[in-house]
Order: sequence, then structure tokens, then C-alpha cells
Amino acid sequence: MSDAPQPVLGVVITHGGAARGLVDAVARISGVDTDALIAISNDGLAPEALRERVDRAVGGRRAVLFTDLASGSCAVAGHLCCRGQGTRALVSGVNLPMLLDFVFHRDLELEPLVERLVEKGRESVRAVLPGDG
Amino acid sequence: MSIDLVRVDERLIHGQVVVGWGERLRPQRYVVADDELAGSAWEQELYALAAPPDAEVAFVPVSEARARLAEWRADDRVTFVLLRSVEALCALAEGGGLDGLTVNLGGLHAGEGRREHLPYLHLSPRDEAALDALAAAGVGLEARDLPTSRGVPWREPTPDAGAGAPPPPRGGDGA
Repeated sequence: MSDAPQPVLGVVITHGGAARGLVDAVARISGVDTDALIAISNDGLAPEALRERVDRAVGGRRAVLFTDLASGSCAVAGHLCCRGQGTRALVSGVNLPMLLDFVFHRDLELEPLVERLVEKGRESVRAVLPGDG
Repeated sequence: MSIDLVRVDERLIHGQVVVGWGERLRPQRYVVADDELAGSAWEQELYALAAPPDAEVAFVPVSEARARLAEWRADDRVTFVLLRSVEALCALAEGGGLDGLTVNLGGLHAGEGRREHLPYLHLSPRDEAALDALAAAGVGLEARDLPTSRGVPWREPTPDAGAGAPPPPRGGDGA
């Protein structure tokens, strides 16, 4: 029996259907077990109900909560779920490259994992201006 | 007149308010009238993150907001006043400080004992009675989640409801 910690769970919390779309895209691209990520929409949920839904999804597991915006209802719910918890972290500004990296590095400790995800997310934002190339 | 939006929305400062309404009305001041948040510095910081960096954000107890309504209405700065419940709205309206304004009912979501009026507006019988009393006292009330949506005056029958009766609950949970 292994003493290795359970892989980190990812919970994607967004407005509308963005979370479901992102999780679906990760599964289609990576082929990784979709249990790695849970999608939650804030549609129709009061703040407390959204927080409870996220709390229930995470349970006692180590988790990274991904939110679309850095503020607003999804982020507030995420912050409240992380508050006082040593096993949960939050990353806002979620994007697909970040999630693709996440599903392959779920065995890392939370702190290096989050640092890595933020870097992956940032470095994936590129622009091609008119006249470039 | 510089209070451009008085809104009841459980989410307070969030995307619909800052982007949907904010991009159109360009508020210079967001006032969150909420007894709980007025006493929680870390939550204030969290909510204030959602506001544009050049806007003033104030968190005050409802009683203080009521006392300052006239000041904000006389001020030139465009102001949003945000509340999380009908109960807070009633407390704010005491003394007639909202006379002449139309209150926006923008986001009260499904919950125990609440009936759906619109996908983003769910009210308890107590809320309904309180809104009826406010309307009778002359406070304008309009349900509208975003400025691009059609505003629905309070108690206007919807396609799902018979005239004069509150609409029955409907499925769906979009907001």
C-alpha cells in the first residue's frame, strides 16, 4: 500500500458554461481521466449555495480551485472555500494551457504546483500584431 | 441626481454590476450597504477587487447608508448603491430616502421558501409583501439583471402567470 498522497483535485468555477467547456476540452486533448477536474457554474446560485457546492465537491481532498475572474461571485466563493484551509489553493484567470498542465502534475505539492500553473497560464498568452511575421 | 443604480443582488459587486451596468453608467463610486461586510475588512478587500481601480468603494452599515443617501444624491459623482436583500432595501428606504428612484431587483437566487418570479429573481412571501409595501409607499421597483434586458416592473404579470397572481415556479436556473 502506497503512502503517496492522493492526487490534487481541480475544481473549475466559472460564469455560464465556461467551466464545462474547459473541462471537456482538457479531456479531449489530454485523454486524462476526467475525474481530475470538476466543473461548476455559478448559474442561478446564490453566493452561499455556490460556496457549499464547491465545498462539497472538494470534500477533504487537496484541491486547486480555478476561477475565471479574479473577483466577483466565483472568486468570492473560491476564496471563502480556501480560507483557513491548508489543503486548498486558488488560481484565477483560468485558461486551457493551465488546466492541461495541471492534469499531468497532480502529484506535486500545492505550492510548487500553483506556481507552475500560474507560469503556464501566463506564458500561453501571446499576441500577433498586424504586420508581424 | 447621482445615484444611478440602487440594486438588490446577493452577489453585490460582481461581473454583471461592474461590466454590464458599469460599462454603461460608468460609476465613480460603489456603495455596498451591508451590515455584515461593513465589519469584515478581509471580505471588503475581496469584493473591492471587482471594482475598477479608479472607482471609490465604500462599505457601510445600512443605517449609515440611509443617513448619507441625500449626500450621495446631491453629489455629482455617479454612484451605485448595492444591497444583498429585500430586508436591507426596506431598511434603506425608511424615511423616504429612495423617493423618486427606481430600485433595480437584479439577483436573488433560488433558495428554500423562495418562489421564482424570473430566472434571476426568487422571493419569499415575506420579500413579496415587503416589496408590495415599498411599491405602495411610492418606491419604484423594476426587475432587470442587465441593462440590455427588458425591465419588468414589480408585479407585472409574466407570460407564465395569471393577472394579479404571483407567477408559479418555473424550471431552470439561469442567472
